[in-house]
Amino acid sequence: MTVDVSNYIALSAVMFFIGVAGVVLRRNPLIALMAIELMLNAANLALVAFARAWANNAGHVFVFLVVTVAAAEAAIGLAIVVAVFRRAKNVDVDEVARLHG
Amino acid sequence: MIAFYALGLVLIASAIFTITQRSPVYSVVGLLVNFITLAALYFTLNAEFLGVIQLVVYSGAILMLFVFVIALLSSGIGPFSEGPNRLPRILAPALLAVVIAFGFLAFGVLHAPLGPRTASVGTVGSANVFGSVGDFGTALFTTQLLPFEITAFVLMVAVVGVVTIAGDASPSPTLGHHVRRKRGKEREPIVKAGR
Repeated sequence: MTVDVSNYIALSAVMFFIGVAGVVLRRNPLIALMAIELMLNAANLALVAFARAWANNAGHVFVFLVVTVAAAEAAIGLAIVVAVFRRAKNVDVDEVARLHG
Repeated sequence: MIAFYALGLVLIASAIFTITQRSPVYSVVGLLVNFITLAALYFTLNAEFLGVIQLVVYSGAILMLFVFVIALLSSGIGPFSEGPNRLPRILAPALLAVVIAFGFLAFGVLHAPLGPRTASVGTVGSANVFGSVGDFGTALFTTQLLPFEITAFVLMVAVVGVVTIAGDASPSPTLGHHVRRKRGKEREPIVKAGR
């Protein structure tokens, strides 16, 4: 490996916080879900980089698990968006506040 | 080395493109570029099986799910562009919080012992070296069997959850008890012939 592992970790951190900014700043729930996918993928990149540095494929299995959780999260999140849209015809995350209290 | 910086640049640019687009369809395209670039980065890290999984599961399945939902919600009225623009008011505190959190993370990374930095493994593409399909599969079905079973359970919970949340509004012949029945004499047969 010619590139040091810390470079991959730095790239992963930058990508993670682009995802954080997307979740915090965007009101469209679809784009917020995509930003969550960005964050999960950034974590995956860090896991793969560390697995490569230690030559231990337990990190690969963990990434496999994270990919599965991401697929489940996307499916359920999009189902919630569809259900909310069916009831309210408006899926702005600031407007959907019925559980706000 | 050059590959890493080129791929990293594309990765960050496509991530920024994803979260700054107004239309979700453009965001999906940015996310697609991001995922393909990430798969290439996995290949540079000797994780060839995960690179293929990244292409198949993310670019194939998850993004297709996003595209279908966008197509479903965007037919008819546009639900995404209404209301006052509150972005300027929250932009400064949100960016401040993000920068502070990133600073903490960078501090932690720079001061962490990262372990061995140059473990030697075989070349990408040869059989039964680190990260190959044989290596990954052997680990998945022997020492890491419990995470594999948890994966199956998570997927089953997701399927049941999606059907529960979004699947009960359209009556179907095979799910007759989900059809809202009328009272008294007006009740119709649940399953009509030829439906």
